[in-house]
Amino acid sequence: MNIIVCIKQVPETTEVRINPETNTLMREGVKSIINPFDMYAIEEGVLIREKVGGKVTVVTMGPPQAEAALREAISLGADEAILLSDRAFAGSDTWATSYTLAAAIRKIKDYQLIICGKQASDGDTAQVGPGIATHLDIPQVIYVKKVEEIKDTTIRVWRMTEDGYEVIEAPFPVLFTVVKEINTPRLPSLKGIMRSKQAKITVWTHKDIEADFAQLGLNGSPTQVAKVFTPAPRGKGQMLSGTTDDIVAGLVNILKEQQ
Amino acid sequence: MMDYLLTEEQVMIRDLCRQIAKEKIAPLAAEYDKSEKFPHGIMKIIADADLFAIFVPLEYGGTGGRVLDMAIATEELSRACGGIAVCYAASALGTYPIVLFGNEEQKKKYLPDLAKGKTIAAFGLTEPEAGSDASAIKTTAVKKGDHYVLNGTKHFITNGGEAGVYTVVAMTDRTRGARGASAFIVEKGTPGFSFGKKEEKMGIRASTTCELIFTDCKIPKENLIAKEGMGFIVTMKTFDMSRPGVAAQALGIAQGALDIAVKYAKERHQFGKSIASFQGIQWMLADMATKVEASRALIYAVARMVDSGNTSVAKESAIAKLFASDAAMEVSTNAVQILGGYGYMRDYPAEKFMRDAKITQIYEGTNQIQRNIIALQLIKEMAK
Ligand SMILES: Cc1cc2nc3c(=O)[nH]c(=O)nc-3n(C[C@H](O)[C@H](O)C(O)COP(=O)(O)OP(=O)(O)OC[C@H]3O[C@@H](n4cnc5c(N)ncnc54)[C@H](O)[C@@H]3O)c2cc1C
Ligand SMILES: Cc1cc2nc3c(=O)[nH]c(=O)nc-3n(C[C@H](O)[C@H](O)[C@H](O)COP(=O)(O)OP(=O)(O)OC[C@H]3O[C@@H](n4cnc5c(N)ncnc54)[C@H](O)[C@@H]3O)c2cc1C
Repeated sequence: MNIIVCIKQVPETTEVRINPETNTLMREGVKSIINPFDMYAIEEGVLIREKVGGKVTVVTMGPPQAEAALREAISLGADEAILLSDRAFAGSDTWATSYTLAAAIRKIKDYQLIICGKQASDGDTAQVGPGIATHLDIPQVIYVKKVEEIKDTTIRVWRMTEDGYEVIEAPFPVLFTVVKEINTPRLPSLKGIMRSKQAKITVWTHKDIEADFAQLGLNGSPTQVAKVFTPAPRGKGQMLSGTTDDIVAGLVNILKEQQ
Repeated sequence: MMDYLLTEEQVMIRDLCRQIAKEKIAPLAAEYDKSEKFPHGIMKIIADADLFAIFVPLEYGGTGGRVLDMAIATEELSRACGGIAVCYAASALGTYPIVLFGNEEQKKKYLPDLAKGKTIAAFGLTEPEAGSDASAIKTTAVKKGDHYVLNGTKHFITNGGEAGVYTVVAMTDRTRGARGASAFIVEKGTPGFSFGKKEEKMGIRASTTCELIFTDCKIPKENLIAKEGMGFIVTMKTFDMSRPGVAAQALGIAQGALDIAVKYAKERHQFGKSIASFQGIQWMLADMATKVEASRALIYAVARMVDSGNTSVAKESAIAKLFASDAAMEVSTNAVQILGGYGYMRDYPAEKFMRDAKITQIYEGTNQIQRNIIALQLIKEMAK
């Protein structure tokens, strides 16, 4: 099975600073790591390949330094790596990011499974995975916490929900986003690290993925960041107690008073 | 920080082992010490990280078999747990005879699986009546047709019962004394090969130390390593390679103990100040750090000498083992002292380092025997 894992390089700290003038993330001087959720995505890709054969291709869109994330993914067992790097991609929001990744995946062509992390630790939107599936017009299962069975044309997984899980069987090709309950990511191996140092990283620009220029980067990003701020903490709520009738009556009174 | 001009590969080994030690071993070290159970899970992690490949040449699935690589790995693992690290290092001890003296068939048969860590190795020399005087071993191997028949008992064998491959030294010709010993490969599961008493130990309790019992144990004659009569040459050359590993184990234990002592000294307050502000403590820490760094410099230098192909390293290997193990005992004892009463308690990790350090002065030749080796060589060199 050919598996594509989308990974994002993120700043190690959770306290990302925002440039107050441009309202964009300030990444200077912060160590970069693979988005923690994507570690589970890589591990699941490698586990599935170990079970059924095939190859794992990791893809990232990012600046040239994002190559380090791809090499790390290879040390963890991925077979091939593609870096989408081009000035034209700069300033992408989730729409443009998923458009670009989808274009690259279309170019890779031969794939059955795409795995993304649940969300990125910096952007946190959890939109890119579903966005890719939408652009590619393929099924998606988000918050996958277990792969139960891999068949010839379908795969059966557990999808985490707020109060339990759903069992879903999806046809290939399909996109998953995974949660951290799905596995325990392995440490790199010595030979993996050595291989990763020597591995060839394919770099694609907008020309290589035959993308519509207007949909890329800042131009292709409908998101307008007007202001980034921490919402004021909510005040303490008021608790009503007593029998159900008392509570309902109390609530109606309060609502009336506040009208 | 001293710069030892490590290669890029050695830095990778160090960093990976440090990560495994910190994330996977340190949190469980106290538990294994208490339960005295073999750390199967951690051995799997070490195997998956390709660390067993470090003992093996490239042609047989290893990463090159350099002694410095092995020493760096053993040092880093020992910083977290000397017991778990010796399970690893003892596999090197059992693997080296095949690497050094095995023929092509033996290497092809055993080394790839050992490199993968699919199975681990052990080395069986010591017997109840033959410790420092290895030439007194009583285990015999008698050639009968296309096989040898082994009889006798080995004791205190690290990885005994857990290893799949054993290098065993036995007498093939008693009349020739030390020249009558030979080394063999014995696989676990061979009829007539069983395991006896499992020892309960003061330290390195995560490791297994066990008796090997041979009762009319038939092994194919192809399992002879090198030639009949070369048993002690195989042993001595193996020890030349592995002693820097024991020294590195001692170094890691000493470093681990020093790390704890410095951290504790900064945090602990008495007389209204941190105890690290007392010169009496500072000087202890300074001496400890000096011994640790001197051990490291010595071990790395000897390991490089072995890796350069120099074959007369008996004295240098012995010097490294002697110095580093004595340093580890002293440093870990002083770490307990710096932690005061807390240092003596099992809830704090200092006392374990002290218990673990002791063995490094005893096995693979006691430090008295190391001094004998050093002195003998000194006198020989003088006579030249
Ligand atoms: C309010 C807001 C402000 C923003 N500010 C900035 C900014 O200042 N600077 C800036 O550069 N971007 C900014 N962006 C864009 C955004 O951070 C990302 O670049 C982006 O589009 C990915 O979204 P996410 O981080 O929420 O990822 P998610 O959708 O949470 O990520 C889910 C998964 O998608 C995959 N994925 C995500 N990104 C990539 C990628 N690049 N390559 C491969 N796989 C990927 C991973 O598998 C990941 O686990 C902003 C977006 C928003 C909504
Ligand atoms: C935990 C553990 C693991 C071990 N693992 C292995 C293993 O994997 N494989 C293996 O083959 N063996 C192993 N051994 C055995 C170990 O190598 C021996 O215990 C060691 O060589 C000492 O032998 P002995 O115990 O018989 O002591 P003895 O030789 O009886 O020594 C007793 C004392 O006499 C001193 N002494 C002896 N001879 C002299 C001399 N000529 N001059 C001065 N002093 C002398 C010694 O230094 C020591 O202080 C292990 C031992 C232990 C405790």
